[in-house]
Amino acid sequence: MANLTINGKTFTLDVEPDTPLLWAIRENAGLTGTKYGCGIAQCGACTVHIDGVATRSCGISVSEAEGKRITTIEGLAAGGTLHKVQEAWIAQDVPQCGYCQSGMIMAVAALLNEKPKPTDADIDEAITNICRCGTFQQVREAIHTIASA
Amino acid sequence: MNKHVSPRMNRRAFVIGSATLGAGLAIGLDIPFGGPAVVRAADGSPEINAWVVVRPDDTVVIRIARSEMGQGSLTGLAQLVAEELECDWTKVTTEYPTPGQSVARKRAWGDFSTGGSRGIRSSQDYVRKGGATARVMLIQAAADGWKVPASECTAANSVITHTPSGKTTTYGRVAEAAAKLTPPADVKLKDPKDWRLIGKGVKRLDTADKTTGTMIYGIDVKLPGMLNAAIKDCPVFGGTVKSFDEAKITDMKGVKKVVKVGDTAVAVVADTWWHAKTALEALPIVWNEGDNAKVSSESIAKWLTEGLDNEQPAYVGNKNGDAKAAIAGAARKIEAVYNYPYQNHATMEPMNATALYTADKCEVWCGTQNGEAAFAAVLEASGLPAEKCDVHKVMPGGGFGRRGMTDYVRQAVAIAKQMPGTPIKLLWSREEDMAHGRYHPITQCKMTGAFDANDNLVALHYRLSGQSILFSLRPEALQNGMDPAAFQGFAQSGEAAFGYSVPNLLIEHAMRNPHVPPGFWRGVNVNHNAIYMECFMDELAHAAGQDPLEFRRKLMGNHPKHLAVLNAVAEKIGWSQPAPQGVYRGIAQVMGYGSYVAGAAEISVTDGSKIKVHRIVASTDPGYVVNPAQVERQIAGSFVYGLSALFYGGCTVKDGRIEQTNFDTYNSMRINEMPKVEAVMVPSGGFWGGVGEPTIGVAAPAVLNAYFAATGKRIRSVPLRDQNITFA
Ligand code: FES
Ligand code: FES
Repeated sequence: MANLTINGKTFTLDVEPDTPLLWAIRENAGLTGTKYGCGIAQCGACTVHIDGVATRSCGISVSEAEGKRITTIEGLAAGGTLHKVQEAWIAQDVPQCGYCQSGMIMAVAALLNEKPKPTDADIDEAITNICRCGTFQQVREAIHTIASA
Repeated sequence: MNKHVSPRMNRRAFVIGSATLGAGLAIGLDIPFGGPAVVRAADGSPEINAWVVVRPDDTVVIRIARSEMGQGSLTGLAQLVAEELECDWTKVTTEYPTPGQSVARKRAWGDFSTGGSRGIRSSQDYVRKGGATARVMLIQAAADGWKVPASECTAANSVITHTPSGKTTTYGRVAEAAAKLTPPADVKLKDPKDWRLIGKGVKRLDTADKTTGTMIYGIDVKLPGMLNAAIKDCPVFGGTVKSFDEAKITDMKGVKKVVKVGDTAVAVVADTWWHAKTALEALPIVWNEGDNAKVSSESIAKWLTEGLDNEQPAYVGNKNGDAKAAIAGAARKIEAVYNYPYQNHATMEPMNATALYTADKCEVWCGTQNGEAAFAAVLEASGLPAEKCDVHKVMPGGGFGRRGMTDYVRQAVAIAKQMPGTPIKLLWSREEDMAHGRYHPITQCKMTGAFDANDNLVALHYRLSGQSILFSLRPEALQNGMDPAAFQGFAQSGEAAFGYSVPNLLIEHAMRNPHVPPGFWRGVNVNHNAIYMECFMDELAHAAGQDPLEFRRKLMGNHPKHLAVLNAVAEKIGWSQPAPQGVYRGIAQVMGYGSYVAGAAEISVTDGSKIKVHRIVASTDPGYVVNPAQVERQIAGSFVYGLSALFYGGCTVKDGRIEQTNFDTYNSMRINEMPKVEAVMVPSGGFWGGVGEPTIGVAAPAVLNAYFAATGKRIRSVPLRDQNITFA
């Protein structure tokens, strides 16, 4: 059993403490917006915020996440209003298949929290998610659009 | 009704008015445009024809048979229908008919296959006719209501106007009457110059759900009572399961059942996938690995190298003059051997499918590039007839050719069949996905070019040695044993034609088929053929002491469309001006999938081993551009995919199995490594070429040629990581 606070709600989940947070979120809490791509903290598809910090949820266990504030892609929009990153993603048609984009959006949202006007170098350093469809150019342009708004 | 569909992609089953069950998939293409019996969608709205449903509120539902997998075809195909339909684009929504419904209606929607960059180009004619036919019927229905000749009425934005009187009505109001009309036998399509929606970079129809986590991919499918399966197939291709000790794991948490899947795999079924995977890893399995376990990358390379020998048998794919004699008698000759490795598709979402099998029905939910192939796989694996099977397509997290295969569908059905009544979601781990790809084929190529005393190229001989995809996947498409697709980009004519005129030419293929299963991998044979052709062309230019662009131009006089795209990138990158200090350029062109493409790269190199790509320019002539915004994204994406393969890719074989296991050993480019791709579209009209794949062909050779310009060193082997060359 574990108590997790996800998107402001408390979930009491029947999971072993060493279960990767990713699978507890997807299978036990039923929030499937967070994606599995590699399971070894390489691709970023599973990125969530833990206490506001972009974190690859496949790489940490449920026990490490207990007591912390977890935000998934489903919880990014506050009170029915899309987050500015989601809005920019729609306005600029960023996603192709979209599978990496939950993680990409979470990573970008965390970056913008920390640096509202990131440079290209900031983007290069902070955004290390894999996108096999190759949406990087749209990702970069959308970040700059948000930053200059 | 399936709850797990997103609102923009409403795939509710529609009721078939007069149910006629097809005899199976062998029925020929017979695309009907409506008929006397009104067919209704599930919400009761009338179908004007198989492609178009109009709701009373004027919403137009456009049916899409091809698969969206990120490439934008869903939106492009809807544009094609809407262009002729003259409907209000803001009220367009789409849905997928299922393959089972299509078979039941004598393949009303034609081919579902979405590969070979065919999504738009192979269906553009009949989907536009679908839209045009519906428009004519809607106008006729309005005219009938007003008792005026249809010729006095026009339609625009879903509004029909009787011009003399100024009366108007909407599609929604006349849809019922229109659905009852006999469709016109023939309709005239618009002249391309009158297109208003085709050619416009309208927004994709499927974006919003991809930003909120609500888009449902195969991995997200949920059905009541569903269990999860993890699978391990014999890591040596061709091997089988000898035994497994299920007693060791039956007590593990959540485990429900351990099943053999065919002769080659074992799956664990559990309450959650994490439990299934954990138990599977603890399960002792003994394999019959067979002789293939002796195969390695070294043994494959040796076998392929033998095929480069002119004495070995080979298929001739393109020929003029007498290249061998011309080379023997030439003033000077240049020779080089190149190679290209296996590549895994590594779609972002690993393979998966959910199957529900009962005694009288088998249904599958999955991402697939070929709904009909998946459907045929369900029929075969379940043993049930067509009318008792169906496939529900969901968004795939990438395809790139991998999801045209149906291995994962068969496995899911084979597991579900052993647990009737329980829906089973089978998900491959990334490791399983790396171990059981359908790999980009492995090849080598020996090239010889010969010059006369004045440095004119008089002969060219390419000798390919390596794997054939068709041999393994579509043997019926071989021509007297020859794989015509092996010559993509090298063909005498057609959609993958060679763009140079050389007086003596010989291009041949010594087929060598190792046990590693090949597949169609974005760009397919264009990937290696374009490297061979364009890097060697650069070698020849250098040997002749000529500028690589000028050298090519002289050979391309008879190939104006190939030349036009090459000129377009040369101009855009500023070939005639020197590159910035320390920056070097490479250029390449190829034709594939009916489109002419070229690319140019600007790079700098540090210490001979650290490459920074500063600029990429790519041009394409696909005949017509349906949605330039999406074409631009496909071009940029193809460079990310192609350069990832060049720098980081390459699957190697040891003890009969693939060595790479995950993104740590099969890496993919990140944002910091990728410059902006400047796309130049030069559609010349009159033909329909593909978009998703062709440009990938020029990505690697443009960069490799720039590397030579920078270092004076030729790279003739992929991937670069094997040569300790990486991104700066
Ligand atoms: S799934 Fe967590 S980083 Fe790839
Ligand atoms: S949009 Fe498909 S992997 Fe990024």
